[in-house]
Amino acid sequence: MPELIELSAGDLHRKLMAGDVTARQIVERYLDRIEQIDGRVGAFNTVTAEAALDKAADIDDRLDKGEAVGPLAGVPIALKDNLCTRGVPTTCSSRILEHFVPPYDATVVERLQRADAVLIGKTNLDEFAMGSTTEASAFATTANPWDLSRVPGGSSGGSAAAVAAGLAPLALGSDTGGSIRQPAAFCGVTGLKPTYGRVSRYGLIAYASSLDQIGTFSRDPRDAALLLEVIAGHDPRDSTSAQEPVPDYSAELEKDVAGVKVGLPREYLAEGIAPDVEAAVRAAADTCRGLGAEVIDISLPHTEYAVATYYIIGTAEASSNLARFDGIHYGRRAAGKMDVDELYSRSRSEGLGDEVKRRIMLGTFALSAGYYDAYYLKALKVRRLIKKDFDDALAGVDCILAPVAPTVAYKQGEMIDDPLALYLADIYTSATNLAGLPAIAFNAGTGEGGLPVGVQLMGRPFEESGLLRLAHAFREATDHHLARPNLTED
Amino acid sequence: MQYETVIGLETHAQFHTRSKMFCGCKTDFGAPPNTQTCPVCQGLPGTLPVVNRTAVELGLRAALALRCHIAPVTQFDRKNYFYPDLPKNYQVSQNYHNLGVDGRLEIEVDGQTRKVGIWNVHLEEDAGKLEHPEDTGANYTAIDLNRAGTPLLEIVSAPDMRSADEANAYMNELAAILRHLGISDCKMQEGSLRFEAGISVRAVGGEEFGNRVEVKNLNSMSAVVKAIEHERHRQVAVLESGGTVPSQTMLWDVQREVTEPMRSKEEAKDYRYFPEPDLVPIEISPEWLDQVREQMSELPAVRRKRFIAELDLPPYDAGVIVEQKPIADYFEQTVEQGVEPKTAANWMMGEVMRVLNERQCEIDDLPVSPPMLAELIGLVTDDRISNSVGKTVFSEMCSSGKKAGEIVEEKGLAQISDSGELEAVVKQVLADHPDAVADLESGKQQAKGFLIGQIMRATRGKANPKLAGELIDRLTGD
Amino acid sequence: MTRITTDTVEQVADLSKLILSDEELAGFQEQLDKIIGYFEVLNSLDTTGVEPLAHPLDLRNVFRQDTVEDSAPREDALANAPDKTDEAYKVPVVIESS
Ligand SMILES: [Mg+2]
Ligand SMILES: [Zn+2]
Repeated sequence: MPELIELSAGDLHRKLMAGDVTARQIVERYLDRIEQIDGRVGAFNTVTAEAALDKAADIDDRLDKGEAVGPLAGVPIALKDNLCTRGVPTTCSSRILEHFVPPYDATVVERLQRADAVLIGKTNLDEFAMGSTTEASAFATTANPWDLSRVPGGSSGGSAAAVAAGLAPLALGSDTGGSIRQPAAFCGVTGLKPTYGRVSRYGLIAYASSLDQIGTFSRDPRDAALLLEVIAGHDPRDSTSAQEPVPDYSAELEKDVAGVKVGLPREYLAEGIAPDVEAAVRAAADTCRGLGAEVIDISLPHTEYAVATYYIIGTAEASSNLARFDGIHYGRRAAGKMDVDELYSRSRSEGLGDEVKRRIMLGTFALSAGYYDAYYLKALKVRRLIKKDFDDALAGVDCILAPVAPTVAYKQGEMIDDPLALYLADIYTSATNLAGLPAIAFNAGTGEGGLPVGVQLMGRPFEESGLLRLAHAFREATDHHLARPNLTED
Repeated sequence: MQYETVIGLETHAQFHTRSKMFCGCKTDFGAPPNTQTCPVCQGLPGTLPVVNRTAVELGLRAALALRCHIAPVTQFDRKNYFYPDLPKNYQVSQNYHNLGVDGRLEIEVDGQTRKVGIWNVHLEEDAGKLEHPEDTGANYTAIDLNRAGTPLLEIVSAPDMRSADEANAYMNELAAILRHLGISDCKMQEGSLRFEAGISVRAVGGEEFGNRVEVKNLNSMSAVVKAIEHERHRQVAVLESGGTVPSQTMLWDVQREVTEPMRSKEEAKDYRYFPEPDLVPIEISPEWLDQVREQMSELPAVRRKRFIAELDLPPYDAGVIVEQKPIADYFEQTVEQGVEPKTAANWMMGEVMRVLNERQCEIDDLPVSPPMLAELIGLVTDDRISNSVGKTVFSEMCSSGKKAGEIVEEKGLAQISDSGELEAVVKQVLADHPDAVADLESGKQQAKGFLIGQIMRATRGKANPKLAGELIDRLTGD
Repeated sequence: MTRITTDTVEQVADLSKLILSDEELAGFQEQLDKIIGYFEVLNSLDTTGVEPLAHPLDLRNVFRQDTVEDSAPREDALANAPDKTDEAYKVPVVIESS
C-alpha cells in the first residue's frame, strides 16, 4: 500500500470507501507523523488526537453497518486557530485568547463535521492573522518544511506548513491580504482564496471583515475543489455571504482549457520582483500557452496603491474588531486591583503583541476625528478604482496570472524589524481582497535555495471553477508537484 | 435680563419586537440575568449580526409618523467606545445614512401648536445593564447582557423647545405616537423609553445658543421636567453672577433632584464611526415604504381631532383616551355598540382605568370586552341598576368574566324603582333617624343626603336614589 | 518631516486602550510615522467624484425574520469569563452610567 501520507484527500477517501484502509488507520498514521515531525515544524497549536480518534471510530462504525458517510469521510483536516471550534481552544495565537474555548462551531466547522472530515488540530498563525511570517505568534514560530531556518509565510503559516510537511492532507486558512496564497507559495502547496462571500465567515475571528475570506490548503487543485464543495455556500448567519449556487467544482475541473484567455499584468512584473519569481511567472505563462490558452498583456494601473489602501482599510476594521478583547467577558484579564479603565488597558497591553498593537493604532488613527476623510474615506475611494481595474481587465480576459510574493521564503528574523518592508511585500496579493476576487496560488517551480516558487491565478467573482481548472491542467502538464520537502521521521 | 431655555431631546425607545436586533434572543423584561443571550449578543469573537426586518419596518413607521425624509439607502455604522455594558466595545448604530432625517413633531402647549424639528431617526442596538449589588460592601459591578442587542430607535430633536412644558408635551406626544403605531410599549419604568436632554439658556432674543449641558440618567418624564427647571435656574445663576456655563455632561440625581457633573474622566469623544462591514446596505424602495404606510394606523393627533369633532368629546377626554392606543381602540369599539361617547369616555377614564391601575394590567388582559361594557353601561343609563351598583358589577365582571346582566340577576342587584317596595325601607330609615329628620325639617338639606345614604346602605345600593329622594320629601311632609 | 508625533501616538494608544512604555512609545512613533507617511502615496491620486467602496459584494437588504431562537445556557455564556458570580460577569466597581 502506498504511504498514506502521500495520498491526496480524494484518494484517501476512495481507499476508505473501498475498504482498503480504516479511518482509524489513516488518523493514527497522521497523528504519528505529527508526533514525529511537528516538533521541528511547529505547525500546530493544538492537536485534537482524542476527538480525531473518536471521529474515526464513529466513521468506521458507520461503514461497518453499511450506513452513509460524508464526502470527506476519514480525511484529516487541520484548522487555522482563528476558526471557532466548540470545546476546543481557539487562540488566534494570542495571549489574550490563550484559554478561550468557544461554545460554538464556525459554520465551516459544522460543514466539515457533516462531511465527516476528521479535525486533527488547530494550526499556528501570526497573532490575529496579522503578519506574513507566522513569527508574530505569541506561542511559537512555525518553520518552513523546505528549510527549517526559513519562514513558512503567513498568516496561515501553520496550515501551509502542515500540508507541506504531510501532517494533514487538507487545511483551512483565512486570507485578508494574501494570508493563504503567500504561505501556500512559500511552502509549495495549493492555496485557494475564494470570492468574498463564497464561504461563510461565521465563526472566523475577524481581522478585517470586508476583506477576510476562509479558504483551503491542499496538495493539489483537485483536493481544493473537493474541500471547497463542502465549505462553500450561503449561510443565513453571515449577512455578507452570497446566495450564488455552488457548482460541482470537481466535475468542472476536467473541462478543457484551450482558448482560455490569461492576462499578464505588466505592473506585477515591474520593479521589485526577484528574478527567480519573475522567471517562474513567465514560465507558467508559457505552460498556459502550451495548454492552448491565450496569454495577453494587461494593465492594472492602480496596483501601486493597493498596499496603502489595504493597510488603511484593514487596520481600521481591525481596530474596531479587536476592541472586544478587553478582559471583561472572556479572555485574559490583567491581575491585581484596578479600575475598569485600567483593566482594559492593562489586559490589552499584556495580552496583545506588538504587531497587533501597531495595526490597532494605525486603524484607530485612520478613523479618528480629523483623519477619517484623509485616510479611511480616501482609501475607500481608491478601493473602488482598484476594483474597477480588475473589472475592466476581466472583461477582456478570463483570469489573471501573477506572482504571489516578490521573493521565495526568506530567513526567520530577517524582516522582523521592518514592518513597512513586510507590508510592501503584500503588493501582489492585497488588491484581490480589496476587490473581493477569487485567487488560487500553486507551486510553479523551484527558485533560490531550492525553495518552491508559487504563482497565482485571479478570476472573476464566483468563477473559482475556471481557476481550479487551469491550475489543475497546469499540474497535469508539469512536475513541480513531485518535489517534496526532506523531512525524515525519527 | 430675561432668559429663555433652549432644549433638545434625544429619545431612545426599545422596539416592540419579539427578538433582538441582530440575533434570535428574546427581549423580555425582567428575565434572570444572562439568560437571554447567545454568542452573537455576547459579542463572542467570530459571531456576526443579521438585521431584524421587523425592527427596520417599525423604524420606518416612526420616521414616516415624524414626517422625516426617508433615506433611499440606509446603512449601519459602528460607534466605537469602551464600556463594560457593551460587549463588542462598539455599538452598531447609524451615523452617515440615518433611516430618516429632517422631520417634525407638532405639539400643543396652552392651546398653541408648535413644531419641533426632528434631526434624525435611526436604528441601533441597546447595551447590557450594570448592576451594583445591594450589599454595600460588594467591591464589584455585575454585568447582565440580557438587554444587549435589544433593538433601539433613537430620535434626535432639534433644540426647538423653550420650556419644560414644551418638553413635556413633546415627550408625551412622541410616546403616544410610538405606542399607537405599535413601535414601542414606552414603559419608562422598564427602561423601554429613555431621554437625554441638551439644555442651555440665553438672553431672550439672542441669536447664539449658550453652551450646552447634556443631562443623562433621566428615567421618567417628570425627571426630565425637573432637570430642565433645575438647569435653567442653575445656568441663569451662573450667568447672572458673570460666569460662563461650561459645556459638559451631567447626571440627574433622582433622590436629591439636582444635576451633578459626571465624576469619571470626561474623555474626548471620538467615536470613530465607520460603516459596519459585517452588514450590507438597506435599500428602501417606494413599494416597501407603501407597504409600511398601509400597515400604519391613524396617528394620535388625527384621532384626537376626530374624537373631538365627530364624537363631541371634550379635548381633555380625547387627550386622555388617545394616549394609549389599546384604550382608544376599546373606547371606539364601545361607542360602536351604541353607547353615548361622553358616557363611554367617563367609564373609560373612571372605572376602567381604575381597575387597570389596581391590577397593573393592560386592557387586553381584562375579560371584559367592549360589547360587555356597553351592556353594563346600558343597564345604568336605563336605570335598571344604579351608578354605584354599576361600579360593583364592573369589578365583578373583571374578576369573573361574567356578563353584567347575569351578575345583576344572580345577586338581585336590580334597582328598586318600585315606590311601594321602597316606601317600607324609607319609612324604617326615617324612624331610625329622628335627629336627621328633625334637621331636615328645620331646613338642613345635607340631612337629606345622609338619609339617602342610609337607604342605599339598607338596600345594598339598589335603591333608585331619585325615587328615594322623592319618598323622603313626601314622607317628611316637607 | 515628522507627521506623527509622540503626542499623536499617545492619543491613539489612549483611544485604543493600550498602555505604552516610553521605549514602546518611541518605537511606535517612528514606525507609525514611517507607515502613515507611506499611506500618503494615495494623495497623488485624484479621487474627485469617486464613490467610496466599503464592501466588495454588491449585496442589499439581507434580513432575518423577527422570530425567537433559543438562547445559550447561562453556564455557557459565563464559561469563559475571567471573573463572575453564579449569574453575571464581574468587573471592578463602575460608578457612572453611560
Ligand atoms: Mg444612541
Ligand atoms: Zn443573542
